[in-house]
Amino acid sequence: MNIKLKIWRQKNASAKGHFVEYQLNDVPAEASFLEMLDILNEQLVLKGDDPVTFDHDCREGICGACGLYINGHPHGKFKNTTTCQLHMRKFKDGDTITVEPWRSEAFPIIKDLMVDRSALDKLIQAGGYISVHTGGVPDANAIPVNKHKADLAMDAASCIGCGACVAACKNGSAMLFVGAKVSQFALLPQGEVEADDRVQKMVARMDALGFGSCSNTYACQAECPKGISVSNIARMNRNYFAAKIKK
Amino acid sequence: MELNSKIPTGPLAEKWTKYKAEQKLVNPANKRKLDIIVVGTGLAGASAAASFGEMGFNVKVFCIQDSPRRAHSIAAQGGINAAKNYANDGDSIQRLFVDTIKGGDYRAREANVYRLAEVSNNIIDQCVAQGVPFARDYSGLLANRSFGGAQVSRTFYAKGQTGQQLLLGAYGALSKEIERGTVKMYARREMMDVVIVDGRARGIIVRNLVTGELERYSAHAVVIATGGYGRVFFLSTNAMSSNGSAAWQCYKKGAFMANPCFTQIHPTCIPVHGDYQSKLTLMSESLRNDGRIWVPKDAEKARLLREGKIKATDIPEEERDYYLERRYPAFGNLVPRDVASRAAKERCDAGYGVNNTGRAVYLDFKEAIQRLGKQAVEEKYGNLFEMYERIVDENPYVTPMMIYPAVHYTMGGLWVDYELQTTVKGLFAAGEANFSDHGANRLGASALMQGLSDGYFVLPYTMQNYLADQINEPHISTDLPEFVEAEDAVNKKITRILSINGDVTTDSIHRRLGRVMWEKVGMTRTEQGLKEAIEEIKALREEFWQRVKVPNTEGMNNELEKALRVADFLEMGELIARDALMRNESCGGHFRAEYQTPDGEALRDDEHYAFVAAYEYQGADNEPVLHKEELKFENVELKQRNYK
Repeated sequence: MNIKLKIWRQKNASAKGHFVEYQLNDVPAEASFLEMLDILNEQLVLKGDDPVTFDHDCREGICGACGLYINGHPHGKFKNTTTCQLHMRKFKDGDTITVEPWRSEAFPIIKDLMVDRSALDKLIQAGGYISVHTGGVPDANAIPVNKHKADLAMDAASCIGCGACVAACKNGSAMLFVGAKVSQFALLPQGEVEADDRVQKMVARMDALGFGSCSNTYACQAECPKGISVSNIARMNRNYFAAKIKK
Repeated sequence: MELNSKIPTGPLAEKWTKYKAEQKLVNPANKRKLDIIVVGTGLAGASAAASFGEMGFNVKVFCIQDSPRRAHSIAAQGGINAAKNYANDGDSIQRLFVDTIKGGDYRAREANVYRLAEVSNNIIDQCVAQGVPFARDYSGLLANRSFGGAQVSRTFYAKGQTGQQLLLGAYGALSKEIERGTVKMYARREMMDVVIVDGRARGIIVRNLVTGELERYSAHAVVIATGGYGRVFFLSTNAMSSNGSAAWQCYKKGAFMANPCFTQIHPTCIPVHGDYQSKLTLMSESLRNDGRIWVPKDAEKARLLREGKIKATDIPEEERDYYLERRYPAFGNLVPRDVASRAAKERCDAGYGVNNTGRAVYLDFKEAIQRLGKQAVEEKYGNLFEMYERIVDENPYVTPMMIYPAVHYTMGGLWVDYELQTTVKGLFAAGEANFSDHGANRLGASALMQGLSDGYFVLPYTMQNYLADQINEPHISTDLPEFVEAEDAVNKKITRILSINGDVTTDSIHRRLGRVMWEKVGMTRTEQGLKEAIEEIKALREEFWQRVKVPNTEGMNNELEKALRVADFLEMGELIARDALMRNESCGGHFRAEYQTPDGEALRDDEHYAFVAAYEYQGADNEPVLHKEELKFENVELKQRNYK
């Protein structure tokens, strides 16, 4: 298939970016979206042009490294699909495809389609864990966990940290990302001990890092490649206010 | 140089306890004065760095990705083994030990493997305490499943995302220490060289991938936890940035490289579909618990399937050859990975392969869906089925999956002693980057176990034992001539690559290297093929240094990153082939066609090859020197592996 690409090119964080158009012919329909970009880049290198920079790693939808804004949607318009799992067969011959980086205040552009998502790491550092040390923990079966709750915790823990929720949000909010982590631990007896502290610390860090607030449009849920539910945000809000009252 | 594995004396089951009781300690005030560098943030690196931080050392940790959470451990699907015996099916530390030694085809060190089995239970406790949401049954207790190479259910799992959940657990622990300030995180950095001062590893040179600048970091000890070198085959299940370069630089600086030819080909991957393909996707081995592997009994039917004239579902039950169940009645579809991979290749080579390439076999869930119901199958494997459908565009609930073997894991790696220390003092290697625990073949669900064992439960002890002698050593200056020299050498290498400005891309050479490796150094190896491979790799290497085209872009330069790694792969490939040529036997993942039993199984030669092959670098123009560490088996009987 033949396609036209409109790709955001930006030399570095401080440079001014712009769209550049590329015509790409004979793209195999079985190729993934990133393999299509590989084909483009190989052509650019041979021509002596600077290839397009984008983040990617595992290419099987789990590491969360890739993330392109494709035709106005983070990871493209298909449900529960990361950019690396998007295949060219989903496009039509002759299509024009617009590719942009995540655009959000908390994610400054590094180069072209690559952004700095270290703010997500800083959110986790604020308390997205259970503070146990290595060793000296009870036997794994000492504390039974309700299967239903364990399954919900697993669903929340499926977040890959790609940042699509933030990129999708008109306010640039990280509520789904934080809500998922808070929920995972709030649902488990192991995480309950620190639950009140955790939610308050993570929410405070979210504000400090320049993420916006939530106005319940649920764009995050609609665009999340792992189908993380907004009920995690509701659970976080509940925990947050409960923790405030207890204080 | 004599290889000293430093295995403690005494009965096998007491060695680790004895070591821990006798090792040297560092008091808290001194720990604060000591620096440790950890390169890599996968299961081994993240767990080690977090544990060192908790203990009070100053830790500097480096990762190639934008975040430590992206390390490729994240992609492990199936599970993690432990000898908990929660399933009450007769499991024990001894059994896990024996299964791992046997699975590795008797080419691993007994003492290391026993320790691994011993700490496996601690790992599960640790992860549960961290909030890793393992699968549970309705009692609220942990669920288990069985895996290849074992007759018990000892595998703990979190859906098909066990690696993700364990890594996020370790990442959480690491994040906690970053917040506390004991660990300093350096992301988007790639290690370019290790710096050795007076015979000890004292630091590293890294390339800041954003600015393109080289940076120097020093420490009292360096841990390499940078994973395996599977991408030497170009196509593999590894991530795009997975590479063997950090370990390779250590090799060039004097650390021995062990058993490089022990590479694992995983039997259940989605088959190759085209030239432009950048990677292969693994389908968890756990699928073999319920899926049945088959090809048509009739080669003519296989041809019609390849030509798309009939569908898999058109083949009636009696015309299907469930070849693993036929050949290995005791283990059936659950034979170890190398056995399953070779059996698939054997059927395809004999003309029974399916898919348009003829390079695929079926993995069928029809029987499981009938037996358990679609919902139960979906609960167990839902995300894997979804992933398959996304890539192949076929629904595996209706049409059998197609699978084919792909390069997945490298058992070989930096030679380490019982303390996980390489032949360079103060240079440690953990996880897939070392060679230690899996012998010639790794069992499913054992990689996660080893990574976390090394990081949480082994290095925290052995590192202290090493650092106890370093307490009088002040912080190491990065202005030492050794740092300057190492940085200069890296700079020269980069300048040389950039100045070639040739007419072929890095990827195209990498792809060609991969083809040579897959055809001649892959699942089945021959003396002649290996000799050809060595020459072809040499020629490709020359071509690379004359014709590669790498854009000279300031700052972020992905093409340069790739070129630097491929330059190393072009050297590694040769060592792998040389090692395979030296090893005149078949064992585990290393199958030499000349050495097989009459029914096509791997034929070991315990009399001559029960050793670890450790190579010492001798400069670019000389062949490396082979050192042998004899393997002594005092607690298991060496047997022909038999899964029949």
